[in-house]
Amino acid sequence: MKQPLIEIKNLSAGINGKQILKGINLTVRPGEVHAIMGPNGSGKSTLGYVLAGRKGYDVTGGSVTYDGKDLIELAPEDRAREGLFLAFQYPVEIPGVNNTYFLRAAYNEQRKHRKQEEVDAVDFLAIVKEKMKLLDLPDSMMKRAVNEGFSGGEKKRNEIFQMAVLDPKLAILDETDSGLDIDALRIVAEGVNKLKRPDNAAIVITHYQRLLNYIVPDFVHVLFDGRLIKSGGKELALELEEKGYDWLIGKNGK
Amino acid sequence: MTTTKSKAASELAAHLAACESFAASAPGPEWLRRLRRNGVTHFTELGFPTTKLEDWIYCNVAPIAKLAFKPSAGADASVTAKQLEPFAFPGWTGSRLVFVNGHFSPALSTLPAPQKGVTVTNLAAALTSGDPLVQAQLAHHAGLDASGFSALNTAFIADGAFIALAPNAVAAEPVHLLFVSAPGDVANTAQPRNLIVAGANSSAKVVEHFVSLGGAAHFTNAVTEVVVGEGANLEHAKFQEENLEAFHIATVQATLARDSRFLSHSISTGARLARHNINLVMIDQGVDCVMNGLYAVGGKQLVDHHTVADHAQPHCGSHEFYHGILGGSSRGVFNGKIFVRKDAQKTDAKQTSRNLLLTDTAIVDTKPQLEILADDVKCTHGATVGQLNDEALFYCRTRGIAEVNARRLLTHAFASEIVNRITVEPVREHLEQVLWARLEELIEKK
Ligand SMILES: Nc1ncnc2c1ncn2[C@@H]1O[C@H](COP(=O)(O)OP(=O)(O)OP(=O)(O)O)[C@@H](O)[C@H]1O
Ligand SMILES: [Mg+2]
Repeated sequence: MKQPLIEIKNLSAGINGKQILKGINLTVRPGEVHAIMGPNGSGKSTLGYVLAGRKGYDVTGGSVTYDGKDLIELAPEDRAREGLFLAFQYPVEIPGVNNTYFLRAAYNEQRKHRKQEEVDAVDFLAIVKEKMKLLDLPDSMMKRAVNEGFSGGEKKRNEIFQMAVLDPKLAILDETDSGLDIDALRIVAEGVNKLKRPDNAAIVITHYQRLLNYIVPDFVHVLFDGRLIKSGGKELALELEEKGYDWLIGKNGK
Repeated sequence: MTTTKSKAASELAAHLAACESFAASAPGPEWLRRLRRNGVTHFTELGFPTTKLEDWIYCNVAPIAKLAFKPSAGADASVTAKQLEPFAFPGWTGSRLVFVNGHFSPALSTLPAPQKGVTVTNLAAALTSGDPLVQAQLAHHAGLDASGFSALNTAFIADGAFIALAPNAVAAEPVHLLFVSAPGDVANTAQPRNLIVAGANSSAKVVEHFVSLGGAAHFTNAVTEVVVGEGANLEHAKFQEENLEAFHIATVQATLARDSRFLSHSISTGARLARHNINLVMIDQGVDCVMNGLYAVGGKQLVDHHTVADHAQPHCGSHEFYHGILGGSSRGVFNGKIFVRKDAQKTDAKQTSRNLLLTDTAIVDTKPQLEILADDVKCTHGATVGQLNDEALFYCRTRGIAEVNARRLLTHAFASEIVNRITVEPVREHLEQVLWARLEELIEKK
């Protein structure tokens, strides 16, 4: 079996003293796709933020080993440079910063970290063009400010586009499917699939089984009240779609 | 106390004497001489504003009165074209009118190619040629009694820019007005007086650019009157990058006729004390105006914007966006007045003032002042003072951008939001360069 890319052990975390994650155990190996499902407020986004290193999200117990390193010790930018990517559930608007400029700044900071040469605007444009084709994005999006005035769906597509350019080892997609119409969903999912390689992995947070028709997961987990209460194969998603969460929560109920 | 009082009185007396002797001896037609005398009378009554006046509470101009007062008589001939190179807009091939210490310098200027219906010249020349528009409009807009400074400027009317567009004329290129202060041994005073008259359905873009040569103190007291005719479209950008000892007081007074468009920008990075009054009066229906502003200051600088959107008539829109970036122990003031007069139904007025404090010692006072007498109107205002948005910082960092670079990126972006509204690209580019350097300084010195 391959070495784990990320190993989350008994992770507890909270915000402002409020305990949200209450002992998460999850191991993701290269080449795998894990889906995390669960009712609203169960802590899915919190898990994403904790892994990405958001201020104010305090780890109170457990450990996270990423690519052999103690992830919790790393600054958010260092996590990104080491290949961790979070696609936000609610991507942030940054008025006044051109989308292409932003992405090139990020790309070059990551390259610098890896002791690779920075790319100039011209070469970067070539990279951008190729990835845009992959995701069927309009040119105009790259001329605008980061996410400013983007529709919900455009923001999500921009997240995946950033992912495509930054080429992470571990991508965490937080409800990237919500807000997408069915065509966009298919394009985004196909994009994600094309980016999939034996040496990278994804954690896909979603409420909908329909996404998992396109991005087929190796594992499906149910997060409820800060714990993964059930794990299974892709058929678990179908079961959840049919039966909801009550039958699981009943067993693990508060 | 008595000694300071008598000192202030003697300082004022010196200014008055200078006004009176100028007004008595300066050349010009009788109406102009009367106008100057009028300025003297008002200045005698008003003097310099004190911080007891509501509109000057945060803006202490006492140091200006203390400056040895030296009205400049003419353009300083020793200024060379080479000295002005840093103030050229990148890739700018158009014309440029240069005023040294308030007086037009033909040698340093490039006038635009003659164009039918478009007059771009200096006020002294227009006065000499007796252009009837000048007499019809000059000092008809900027109120003499608004503050001692407008009165003082009026007492010293001599030169400045005169731009006139005949009905339907579309100026072929933007006009760059460069106001250079070249302070000598004694801090001099430049008092340019500009008049822009845009006829019905005409269109033009004008950039007022204030700079200093050298680092010595000087005083600029500028007044610009703008008359935008029916259906006309005018963009007016003002950029003040004077040295850090300078005192800069300026008024832009615009009268906006039916269905006209007016886009005002004020970018202020320089001067020890800068006070900008920007007053827009919508005298008829269908006007659409934007006030866009940015100040980036540090050290002990004070920058004060007082703006007025006066909705005198129904169905007009005013949109105001002001951003401030303050470092060091600087102080920013923003006061935005919106008047909606009794008949001004269906007014749409929007104002936002956002301020970024880079240090604990920088201060900003931001105040909307709404006086609404009509009932069917839409007026919104919002003001923020604070630090960079945490969520945006986190977002940048999750993409691999180091925290200090993320802060830098977001600070520049905050400035760019304002600069991007300027439609003249070389001006934008120049501003971006100057602002970049200034912001880097402010961020580093924090
Ligand atoms: N800043 C905060 N302060 C306090 N509580 C918070 C904060 N942010 C989130 N929470 C709480 O943490 C819990 C988990 O929220 P989280 O956003 O992780 O849920 P989620 O599973 O992503 O939900 P959804 O499916 O709606 O996206 C919720 O009860 C939420 O109200
Ligand atoms: Mg969520």
